[in-house]
Amino acid sequence: MHELFADELKKLRGRFMEMGINVSEQIYASTKSFIDHDLKAANKVIEDDITTNKEEVSLEERALKLIALQQPVASDFRAIISILKASTDLERMGDYSVNIARETIRVKGNPRVNEIEKAIDEMTKLIREMLEEALDAYVRNDEKMARKVALRDLEADKQYILIRNNITAAMQQDSETVVANSGYMMVVRLLERMGDHIVNLSEWIVYNASGELVELNPGKKDPEMVQKLLNDKL
Amino acid sequence: MDTFIAPTNLELAIETKNLEVIYGDNQAVFDSSLEFPRHKITAIIGASGSGKSTYLRSLNRMHDKSVTVNGQIIYRSVDINQPKINEYEVRKQIGMVFQRPNPFAKSIRNNITFALKKNGITDSRVLEERIETSLKEAALWDEVKDDLDKSALELSGGQQQRLCIARSLSLRPDILLMDEPASALDPISTEKVEATMRKLRKDYTIIIVTHNMQQASRVSDYTAFFHQGRVIEFNRTQDVFQTPHVKMTEDYISGNFG
Repeated sequence: MHELFADELKKLRGRFMEMGINVSEQIYASTKSFIDHDLKAANKVIEDDITTNKEEVSLEERALKLIALQQPVASDFRAIISILKASTDLERMGDYSVNIARETIRVKGNPRVNEIEKAIDEMTKLIREMLEEALDAYVRNDEKMARKVALRDLEADKQYILIRNNITAAMQQDSETVVANSGYMMVVRLLERMGDHIVNLSEWIVYNASGELVELNPGKKDPEMVQKLLNDKL
Repeated sequence: MDTFIAPTNLELAIETKNLEVIYGDNQAVFDSSLEFPRHKITAIIGASGSGKSTYLRSLNRMHDKSVTVNGQIIYRSVDINQPKINEYEVRKQIGMVFQRPNPFAKSIRNNITFALKKNGITDSRVLEERIETSLKEAALWDEVKDDLDKSALELSGGQQQRLCIARSLSLRPDILLMDEPASALDPISTEKVEATMRKLRKDYTIIIVTHNMQQASRVSDYTAFFHQGRVIEFNRTQDVFQTPHVKMTEDYISGNFG
C-alpha cells in the first residue's frame, strides 16, 4: 500500500513542478507582451491561463483523493498539504499574469515611458528568479534555501516603491503618459503581489521540510522595513 | 537505537522506570521508562511482538509468577511492582478491558455487581447506584436500562465491550487499561467505544494498546511507540502524527515498515 502512495505522491510532485514552470513562463510572457506592446502575445497569455487553472483543479482532486483513501500522516501528510496550499499561490500568480496581459491590451497605442518599462523588465527578472529558486528549494526540500528566497521579497518591495515613485514623477512631467503610467502602476503592483505569493510558497516548503508553520514575509513583521531601508540608502 | 521521549510536565497517574519483562530466556520488554499523565488518554502503538501488550499487562500485575518483571511501576508514589503489594488491590485501582468482549455468562446486572459483592459491598442501594453510574459512564445505560436481567451474552459485540468497560468502572478505578478494545468491533461500535473513552477521560486515566493508527490519532492525547520491546518515541499525539522525531516512528505510522 505504501509503495502505491509513494508512486502517487511522486506524480503529484511532478505535476506541481510542471505547474510552477508554466506559471514562471506565463509571468515572462505577460510582461514581455506588455513591454513589447504585443496584443497577440497578450491574448495568448489569457488563453493559456485556462490550462493553469485546470492544472490546479486536477492537482487538488488528486491530492484530496490521496488524503481520503490513504490517510497519510507525518511527512506524507505534510507533502500533500504543502502542494495543496502552494498550488493555490501558483494559480494566483497565473491570474496576475492574465491581469498584466489585460493591461497590455488596455494601454496599447498610448505614449509610453521607456525607462519605466525597462525597470519593469528588471523587476520581472527578479520575480522569476525568486520563483525558480523557490521551485528549486521545493525539489530539494531545502528549508534554508526557501527562507533565503523569502528574504529576497525585500528587494521586490524596494523596486516596487522606487518604480512607483518614478511613475508619479512621470505623470506629473507629462500628462500624455497618464494612461500608460496607470498601467505601469498596476503591473508593478501585480509583480509585487507575486513576490508575496512566492514568500507563501517558501513558507509551505518550510512546513513540508520541518512541520513548522512560519511567517516569512519580512514586510509583515515590520511594515515600515522597506521604507526604512530606502531612507537609509538615500 | 535512536529514541525520543518528550517530558509531559503534567501530573502523572502512573509511571514506569526501567521496566523489563522476561519470559524464561525471552526478554519481551527492555528498559522502558514512561510517564502517563493523569486524566489523559495515552495510546501505545507498535507492530505485533513489539512488547506493547506485555508492557500494558505489567502495569496492573497481570503477569503470572513465571514471568519476571524488573524495574519500578510508580503509582501514587509507591512502587507497586513488589511482591508485598497485593495485586488484587492494584487491580481495583487499575482496571483492564480486553480485546474480545468477555462478559460473564450472567445477567447485565450481575456482571456489574459481581466484583462489588466479592469486595463485600452488599447494600442494594449502593449496588443499584453503581449499576446505573457505571452503565451510564460506559454509554450503555440507555440501551439496557429496561433489560438489566437479560443475559449479557444476548448483547451485541459492541454492547458487550461497553458492558466490560462498565464492569471495570464499577470498582471506581483510577486508571483503565485497554488492550485493543475495539479490534473485534465494527466501525459503529468502535465509534461508540471511542466516544465513551473521550467522555471517561474527564474522570479516569486511560492507557490503550491499539493496532489501529487512526484510532490512536483520533482518540489519544499522548502516543508511545514500541519497537522490539523498547519505547522508541513518546510525545503528544499531534506531534507524533505530524512531526515524529524518530525515523522508525515515521516509517511505522506511515505504513512504511519492512
